Amino acid sequence: MQHTDIASDALEYAMKNGAEEASIKLSTGSGFSVVSQNQAIDLVEQFNDQSFSISIYIGKAIGSASTNDFSEEQLRMTIEKALSLSRLTEKDDCNGLAEKDLMATEVKDLELYQPSGLTIKQAQEMAIECEGAAFDVNDLVVNSEGATVGSYESHSVYLNSHGFIGETESTGHNVSCVAIAQKDGQMEMDYDYSSTRGLDDLSDPVSIGQSAGNRAVSNLGSRKLKTQKAPVLLSPRISKSLISHLLNAISGTSLYRKSSFLVDKIDEKILPSFVQIYEDPHLKRGFSSTYFDGEGVQTNPRGLIEDGHLRGYLLSSYSARRLGLETTANAGGHHNIIVQNSVDEDLNSIIKDMKYGFLVTGFIGSGVNIVNGDYSRGANGFWVENGEIAYPVNEVTVAGNLTDMFSKIQKIGNDPETDGSVFCGTVLIDELMIAGE
Amino acid sequence: MNNNSPNMQNLDEIVRSTLLDPYGIDDSGLQRMLGQVVSKGIEMGDIYFQSAEAESWTLEDGQVKKSSYSSRQGVGFRSIIGEQTGLAYSESFDKESLMKAAKAASSIAKAGKSKTLPVSKQSAERPYYLADNPILSIDDQAKIDLLNRLDEKARSMDHRVKEVIASLAGGHGSILIINQDGKLATDIRPMVRLSLSVIAEDKGRLERGTSGGGGRMSYEFFDDDQLCKYAKEAVDQALINLDADEAPAGEMTVVLGSGWPGVLIHEAIGHGLEGDFNRKKTSAFSGLMGEMVASPMCTIVDDGTIPDARGSLNIDDEGNPTERTVLIENGKLCNYMQDNLNAKLMNTTSTGNGRRESYSSQTIPRMTNTFMLAGEHDQGEIIESVDKGLYAKNFGGGQVDITSGKFVFSASEAYLIEKGKLTKPVKGAMLIGDGPSALHQVSMVGNDLALDPGVGSCGKDGQTVPVNVGQPTMRIEKLTVGGTT
Repeated sequence: MQHTDIASDALEYAMKNGAEEASIKLSTGSGFSVVSQNQAIDLVEQFNDQSFSISIYIGKAIGSASTNDFSEEQLRMTIEKALSLSRLTEKDDCNGLAEKDLMATEVKDLELYQPSGLTIKQAQEMAIECEGAAFDVNDLVVNSEGATVGSYESHSVYLNSHGFIGETESTGHNVSCVAIAQKDGQMEMDYDYSSTRGLDDLSDPVSIGQSAGNRAVSNLGSRKLKTQKAPVLLSPRISKSLISHLLNAISGTSLYRKSSFLVDKIDEKILPSFVQIYEDPHLKRGFSSTYFDGEGVQTNPRGLIEDGHLRGYLLSSYSARRLGLETTANAGGHHNIIVQNSVDEDLNSIIKDMKYGFLVTGFIGSGVNIVNGDYSRGANGFWVENGEIAYPVNEVTVAGNLTDMFSKIQKIGNDPETDGSVFCGTVLIDELMIAGE
Repeated sequence: MNNNSPNMQNLDEIVRSTLLDPYGIDDSGLQRMLGQVVSKGIEMGDIYFQSAEAESWTLEDGQVKKSSYSSRQGVGFRSIIGEQTGLAYSESFDKESLMKAAKAASSIAKAGKSKTLPVSKQSAERPYYLADNPILSIDDQAKIDLLNRLDEKARSMDHRVKEVIASLAGGHGSILIINQDGKLATDIRPMVRLSLSVIAEDKGRLERGTSGGGGRMSYEFFDDDQLCKYAKEAVDQALINLDADEAPAGEMTVVLGSGWPGVLIHEAIGHGLEGDFNRKKTSAFSGLMGEMVASPMCTIVDDGTIPDARGSLNIDDEGNPTERTVLIENGKLCNYMQDNLNAKLMNTTSTGNGRRESYSSQTIPRMTNTFMLAGEHDQGEIIESVDKGLYAKNFGGGQVDITSGKFVFSASEAYLIEKGKLTKPVKGAMLIGDGPSALHQVSMVGNDLALDPGVGSCGKDGQTVPVNVGQPTMRIEKLTVGGTT
């Protein structure tokens, strides 16, 4: 493979010129995206990217440089830049490649490369069909922000001076639609999407368009709520955000910088006993699947939360050394995260059991402070009364503290979305502060 | 400002020597590519050459232990027929790759027969920032020393300061644009930014404070006075938050501080007035031209011509000179922000707001420096006028749903106002409102207009561009505060 040759030559050049340790990532990607707006093609975008990045260690000091020009001259200049920076920065005993004996040895085919041969012309038809389905919902769907269909593939190689070489090939396909409904001078927007490795797994564009149209229509006539405390239900589309805050708080960087409300909470109970969360880096066709992490370390499935207890952090070799621990193969972030359901119920059946509460289907703004867990976000959705949706809600906030919110989780549903890399069903949280009128 | 910079002719030559000459691209080569991009049937199009370099230095644990450098280059091709845009780019500058990308962009046209177009130079002035490369403005050791001085200043302010993370970043880029009329324009764009984050600890409680600044300048801007200012601001914010009580919840009178809180203007009004949303009629402001959309005290402008400001541009990314555009005058909506495509489709002219993150992204209408003009009240007078409410002095980011008009922005430093006095600090909270109605609630406008310190970025359609926001202190009769009590 040409990629590996370029990267190997570059590594050799770096080592010959004074690097004590080095790692290189080289990747190329290509693809396209088309948008239908008001039943005509509005945009045809074609991508063609390449990037080369190198990190060099000299005497436990690090320097990094990157370029998108693969000419020999530019690659050498980039390597020399990284060399010179690593001579200027201060040393840190925690720096360096991950330990050699942790490098992945078992190559796994995780089925991430699913080329489809989808043409731009076919994608245009799908986008028009998808957007058309939103307009067909009813006359209240008056406009759209467009329906998008895209396809891409990428190839990358990571190698380091331990002799590790890892290659990755992957594809992605997506379809999305943003529909706009209007009634009595009020406009409401909503969306749906599907994003998968293989075209064969992608949701039908018609169902995506219909769902976006239906959602936009159901938001019409929204009002504010009175300021009050009430149970809050997070729909599967946004419940994963709560889990992302947890993952952020247990990431090595947040921990060693003491900028997390979960510092030193390992093996403590931070969630109700019925909560189980796993990390599976080897999920077939997964969006965060890989057999080696960003440093070449072998990944393995593991439990993060067992019976509500925090059992693991997300560490790279650097953050692990800072904390006196061993890397968890999370250089580059978390892998696929699976939150097990606590009840055999989905959103609709959970609503049926509710006397009253606020079903949140959308968040706006990022008012989450990971240092102390304070949480305040703009929200929209529906008011639930006597087991039924009463009316749509907008322009309110939901606030609390993550420590408290985690402990107040009542139910986790069996209805996670199948896209993305955090899988979590509907979440019911007891009594949060809602600010409105 | 002009006095120090090389003359215009020189700058054009510098840009050509960076972007064209090394690859043997001359005027006839440009003509051939342009002929393809605007081949028969295509109404508009352009070619966007770009090269950019950026560096960053990060201090942590009292030492500069991380540094990175990146360089990127590419050529973007755009072909437009009616409302339809074709986009492609190449990161290789060889003739074959470039022609391939030009053909891909123009493939939206049914029968592409290439044309020959003359190349003419557009005389654009470059009055708003110097072309000098900030990365070379001081040597590397001086960059490290600067961060070390900032660290010392922050730590010496209070023993409760436990962690200091600071980063210094600089960038420099050249662009060359040639459009369907054969008009050629160039720009050289510098940028620097310093960011500081401190964590203070007291009795087991941790709080963060942040500060920073920058603009289209050199690193020399960060002198000792500036460093002291950043250190004090971040440390004060962290210490104040250590004493903060729970924030209130519900509708109340809110006084917004000057500067950063202008993120209100950006979210509540700015995005809704971008040309594309109004051409497609997806904005809550669609069809409100000439209507009162704010209290008569509000005059709001987008101004890309402020010297050295982070959001300023000499020319936009379509080669049009930037302008000062009055969006709302005494409460009345009078202009949208436009790029070439949306201006044409709406039968008007570009306001110099066509921007793209890079050669690989689509050009769309974007803000530059967007702010509300000053009124007549003193800041103290405005706070004293409130019987019970919230004073939100500093803010983080925000977001808007341009269709429903609902927007949020999050306070990072706030105080309760009781009987005209600031009584106690409260924790950060989200504020939420409705764009087309929120500014009708403005009842007092201060005389202390300020822009944010120059660290803001705006995201739209997945593209991030540098902007400034700004406003004077203002009183808003009713806004929803997302606290917990």
